[in-house]
Amino acid sequence: MLRKKLFKAAAAGLAAMVCLSGCAASQKKEGTYLVTMVTDTGGINDQSFNQSSWEGLESFNQKTGADVRYIESKQASDFTTNMDRACDAYSDLVWGIGFSLADSLINIASYNPDIHFAIVDQSFEDTPMNVTGVTFRAEESSFLAGYVAGMSTKTDRVGYIGAMKTFVNDQFEYGFLAGVQFAAQERGVPIQVDEQFTESYSDVAKAKAIANKMYSSGCDIIYHSVGGAGYGAIESAKENKKYIIGVDSDQSYLAPDNVLTSALKNVNVAVEELSTKAMNGEDIGGKTFDFGLSDNGVGLPKENKNMDPEVYQKTMEVQERIINGEIDPPSTEETYKAWLSENGIQ
Amino acid sequence: MNKFTSLLRKPITGTIIAILMGFLCAAVILACAGYNPIHALSAMLQGIFGRPKYMANIIVKATPIILTGCSVAFAYKMGLFNIGAEGQYIFGALAACLTGITVNLSPWLEIPLILLAGMAAGALYGALAGWLKAKFNIHEVISGIMLNWIAMYFSNFITGMEAFHKPNTSGTFPINVSGFTTFFPNWKATEEAAQFMKDNPFLGDILRTDFNAGIIIAIALVLLSSYILYKTSKGYQLRAVGSNRYAAEFAGIDVKKNIIETMMFAGLLAGASGALAIMGNNPHAVLEIAAFEGNGLNGLSVAFIANGSPIGCIFSGLLFGGLLYGGQSLQYVVGAPTEIVNIMVGTIVFFVALKDIIPVIADKMEHRAATKKLVDQKEGASS
Repeated sequence: MLRKKLFKAAAAGLAAMVCLSGCAASQKKEGTYLVTMVTDTGGINDQSFNQSSWEGLESFNQKTGADVRYIESKQASDFTTNMDRACDAYSDLVWGIGFSLADSLINIASYNPDIHFAIVDQSFEDTPMNVTGVTFRAEESSFLAGYVAGMSTKTDRVGYIGAMKTFVNDQFEYGFLAGVQFAAQERGVPIQVDEQFTESYSDVAKAKAIANKMYSSGCDIIYHSVGGAGYGAIESAKENKKYIIGVDSDQSYLAPDNVLTSALKNVNVAVEELSTKAMNGEDIGGKTFDFGLSDNGVGLPKENKNMDPEVYQKTMEVQERIINGEIDPPSTEETYKAWLSENGIQ
Repeated sequence: MNKFTSLLRKPITGTIIAILMGFLCAAVILACAGYNPIHALSAMLQGIFGRPKYMANIIVKATPIILTGCSVAFAYKMGLFNIGAEGQYIFGALAACLTGITVNLSPWLEIPLILLAGMAAGALYGALAGWLKAKFNIHEVISGIMLNWIAMYFSNFITGMEAFHKPNTSGTFPINVSGFTTFFPNWKATEEAAQFMKDNPFLGDILRTDFNAGIIIAIALVLLSSYILYKTSKGYQLRAVGSNRYAAEFAGIDVKKNIIETMMFAGLLAGASGALAIMGNNPHAVLEIAAFEGNGLNGLSVAFIANGSPIGCIFSGLLFGGLLYGGQSLQYVVGAPTEIVNIMVGTIVFFVALKDIIPVIADKMEHRAATKKLVDQKEGASS
């Protein structure tokens, strides 16, 4: 008797589940514009570009009422399946956050010619018509960061922590190096730059160990471009009571007394702007958008309580000269060497 | 009543009830977090069974954890807790990847070669933990955990080497296409294929995923390990050591040798898992990682859901793959944060681990029924 009842209940439950799953709203509502972003393995709360991108989409949602969603990738093998899933829901625009997703994005884009794709930090030699690349002239903000470091250092020795040798990281590295040398030339003293790489965007412990070593060997300001791993470096700055320059977003809230400034990379601005353009039917496909100081894609925050106001003033002058095209910050090893010889720096 | 309790006593009933209880508990958690649980769970089911390609993706996700699960289950039959499956997986994947990059033969030779390389690397790494246990009596959990870290950083080190590192990425070069176990890898990129996929929605749906032949190899290896365990004298020795090490030793079984061999075979399975993941899944390369991807650690859950049975790992691996993959659609559709999804998956695993309680309940119910009957009879007799 009980068995029969149980069976009936189970059958009813199963039927209800099947029915519900049949009519579940996994697809977008009629008439709305759906934007989906696929994160890289950093996840949505990485305090870095994934989070910044999502903030851009949230603001886009508030302004336009478009439907925005995200999918987190946990492993590299998730990239393709997550991209694919975003297409299943009939997204109008799919964002891939980070160059790691480039191969998957191109692959999925070729299967879905009706859906538009955009990717942060990647440009393609031959961009498909339904793909948009977004790059940032991070060398411009890094140049400013380097200039600030060069002008503020007391020990004439600063540190740079990079992630790994990629074209994106090169922008940060050589922009910063050039900025330091520019300040050194202005001050007429040589400034030594210590450099080391974490080989990872998430290895907090390694970034901290590198920063500790740099501080103890005489650097008083460090610039990092290692995304989430940078926590470690900031932690080290706090413990050593030294200065650090944050990256991507204004990181001063992490260590109010130790963050000198931050080299902003306003991924949110780019994501929001391009999403809006795509929604309004502008043709953004087949090309790469490059964001720099002039369009607020990169820059320094306005509030820098640890920075000497005079240095800030001078930095803003340098910023103007970059926007004017008077100074052209280098973004690769070759352009850096050329830049040095052009400016007569050894 | 007797039939009901005997049904309850079957191991499979316990597992199914546990899974249902897990879902129920997850529904409560979702409701507490402010999400409509029915909507959420149906979104998850939709994400598992909604389209042929979802199921294909689940099989893809399940392939590596079926094998790492089997690796844990195999070692557990001998009383060894192979927490080092994660490291063996990493070593297998790394060896497979390096072989796939440097060697380029026809697929019929390339795929077995890569698989062998992965299995050999995993086996050696597993045997190392076994040797430490046999020779110096270092517990395999301690050495396993430490070896996992060594494997991870070693893998990152190799990945960063100039010879293998693909510029402007965080990983190695992909392996040669001849080593792909996905179906028709070259043809898939052509225009003709795109047209075919359009004309055949069902097949096209599956072809677009990373659906690959790895699952066949995985099932074959699971069957092989089940055969070794239950049909060979070696397996008999293993199980004897697992039941009672001292009795087995007294009976003339070389325990130390068996420990090394068992860990070697467990490592071989985990290494094969890594090799299959490299051959079957995009991006067909090893990437630098900052934390374990969890293929070996999920294998622990898979093995215990399967009650330590290698063949059971096939099913529990599919269940776990379904939860991992379906959980993502829950996040996507309902907007629940990943943490909630992970709590939900954890709850289900937790309840499955508690499934042994079901036969106990069955006993209690039977006992109560019997006493009631007795009381009824007595009352009937007295009136």
